[in-house]
Amino acid sequence: MKITGAEILLKSLKKEGVKHIFGYPGGVVLNIFDLLYDDKDLNLILTRHEQGAIHAADGYARASGKVGVALVTSGPGATNTVTGIATASMDSIPLVVFSGQVPTMLIGNDAFQEADIVGITRPCTKYNYLVKDVGDLAHIVREAFHIASSGRPGPVLIDLPKDVTAGKAEFVWPESMDIRSYKPRYEGNKWMIQKAAALIAKATRPVIVAGGGVVLSGAHKELRELAQMTGIPVTMTLMGLGGFPGSHKLSLGMPGMHGTYYANKAIQESDLLVAVGMRFDDRVTGKTDSFAPHAKIVHIDIDPTSIRKNIRVDIPVVGDVKRVLTQLNKVLKDEKKEQWAAVKKKWLAQIEAWKKERPLSYEASDKVIKPQFVVQKIYELTRGDAVITTEVGQNQMWAAQFYKFDKPRQWLTSGGLGTMGYGFPAAIGAQMAVPEKLVIDIAGDGSIQMNIQELATAVVNNLPVKVAILNNRYLGMVRQWQELFFQERYSHTSLDVTPDFVKVAEAYGAVGLRAEKPSEVEPVLKEAFSTRKPVVMDFVVDWTEKVYPMVPAGAPIDHMLFPEEEKPEKKKLRAVK
Amino acid sequence: MRHTISLLVENKFGVLSRVSGLFSGRGYNIESLSVGVTTDPRVSQMTIVTRGDDQIIEQITKQLNKLIDVIKVTDMVELEHVEREMILLKVAPRPERKFEVFQLAETFRGKIVDSSERTYTVEITGDEDKIEAFINLMKPMGIKELVRTGKVAIAREGVKT
Ligand SMILES: Cc1ncc(C[n+]2csc(CCOP(=O)(O)OP(=O)(O)O)c2C)c(N)n1
Repeated sequence: MKITGAEILLKSLKKEGVKHIFGYPGGVVLNIFDLLYDDKDLNLILTRHEQGAIHAADGYARASGKVGVALVTSGPGATNTVTGIATASMDSIPLVVFSGQVPTMLIGNDAFQEADIVGITRPCTKYNYLVKDVGDLAHIVREAFHIASSGRPGPVLIDLPKDVTAGKAEFVWPESMDIRSYKPRYEGNKWMIQKAAALIAKATRPVIVAGGGVVLSGAHKELRELAQMTGIPVTMTLMGLGGFPGSHKLSLGMPGMHGTYYANKAIQESDLLVAVGMRFDDRVTGKTDSFAPHAKIVHIDIDPTSIRKNIRVDIPVVGDVKRVLTQLNKVLKDEKKEQWAAVKKKWLAQIEAWKKERPLSYEASDKVIKPQFVVQKIYELTRGDAVITTEVGQNQMWAAQFYKFDKPRQWLTSGGLGTMGYGFPAAIGAQMAVPEKLVIDIAGDGSIQMNIQELATAVVNNLPVKVAILNNRYLGMVRQWQELFFQERYSHTSLDVTPDFVKVAEAYGAVGLRAEKPSEVEPVLKEAFSTRKPVVMDFVVDWTEKVYPMVPAGAPIDHMLFPEEEKPEKKKLRAVK
Repeated sequence: MRHTISLLVENKFGVLSRVSGLFSGRGYNIESLSVGVTTDPRVSQMTIVTRGDDQIIEQITKQLNKLIDVIKVTDMVELEHVEREMILLKVAPRPERKFEVFQLAETFRGKIVDSSERTYTVEITGDEDKIEAFINLMKPMGIKELVRTGKVAIAREGVKT
């Protein structure tokens, strides 16, 4: 029996196990929306902006490990998704995005609300399709989910002309998938793994750098086994937080521009780096030719293009992180362990000394709220068990530094693209995925205004997400750069007119709370966490506070700036403004 | 260094722009590109000539391999191979040099494919050296127009991987 393209689409989505779609309607997708009206199994969450829908689908994917799904209309609906798609692409998040398109006979005619979205998103999707024949639709959906979720994951877009969703065909679901030109390699080369194991056995100052690939492939157990067995300390990139327990004694925290003193020192002094599912982003490496100058580098990644892109590599291992680590651990189990213990005792003692020398810290105050203090309190009160999303800027870095993530999929942040406006819609998606968990967006006052309209989505869907705004009345991170490198010329970073966030929350039907003094922080957080409603918390923080340590862009990563290098008279001057 | 990269790709719309987009998106230059269908109508063959140091070429080949529609990537530098290009060249020689055009075309195993009162159009195929040499010899004849196909390349038999 022939059924319509819209029916084929919904049937296909159910075959893929989809329950939630994030989206926004429009003329050319009405055939689909009409069917969704009566559908009991597919729940469409209406956001207030298409960018919100994509970030929500992305947050859903990151929190659950499933493929996130979004549905939008043609033209402006589709173009509004581009930032979200690029965000997911940079962080390797599996999404399938459906965009409506004008009828096939009008494509290319500058029809009303037409945009060449397949052309526009080509560089920021893993793959994309324009469906020209309704008979291909089921197959394409199956293929899209396969491509999005396998190998190095990523977003896939399917453009659906209106006549395709109205046209009819038999529903034929392909049971197996084989794309001749797409065969990701999961198993690592045995010979390379032997060589990597030999280097690990010999190293006296080894460090593991764990990236987002550890989280994506679910390799946290294998990574912990490797670290504990060998005693190698682990530093986690921004995307890798939670891939190894942040509270573990072998944890070095984050490396790079705003990384810890001890992670950067350890990397620079190391004789072996084992890079796992990370891509040597310039925020991690700083000046590449002075990065880890004494180290041999083993690089494990599923994507061969990540290897040797930025950094010389001695042992490349292409494969799925989980499988490669399993293989590697097996080989290493046969090595001599006593010898390691002795060597590592010295190395770990050195690292302990660095940790003592310069721990992550900030100057506490009982007069003005320090943003780091807010993050620390959130960590204490949630006992590290919340899902944290962030916006971009200082808020993101303080969250990364002062919240310790022990488990994967607890930390959702736009690492690769650095998208302001990501955190709040991502929190909405995450809350849909893990309804029983406490989900908190740690935000800046600038970023939250980029997708604040999604308060409506949270309220309508009874999603008890919390937003903690570290309100410094500035585009803080940019202001920090202006202060350090542009002679305090604060060009367009002061947010003179910021809305009253408490009233904004209330206007949408959410709860708004404010803390102006350090003593109010804990009560506000406690009240928010015990309220089963969306809550916006406005923390009026010390606007002069900066993120430290800081490696200036393009400098070697052990050239770190610290707060005590700030001149005290300058500090006073700024505080009175 | 210059590399000739041979690609087998799915014969679908959009594939050419995925491939060329990969180059432009990373700021790599394509010196020439030619595409045509193979004996299997579902598969096309592309020949791309590009320049770069070893690290850039490694990235280019890896990135090409990563494209979902790319079936096979071969860097011809690693193989003994034959390269050919075709040009069509329109010259307007002064009457006393018309004969020279004929002669040179013949020496280079070219063909006159069109002629008018004032012009000849010559077709020449060959490797780069031959093509360049022919163009240089034709310059004094007054070249009016010149079009090149871009290179095609094929591995020599017996050295194929
Ligand atoms: C969409 C977008 N536009 C611009 C930027 C550049 N940018 C990076 S951080 C930042 C400031 C963020 O300010 P705010 O959200 O108030 O956070 P804070 O740094 O004060 O914590 C800006 C503008 C960006 N990352 N994303």
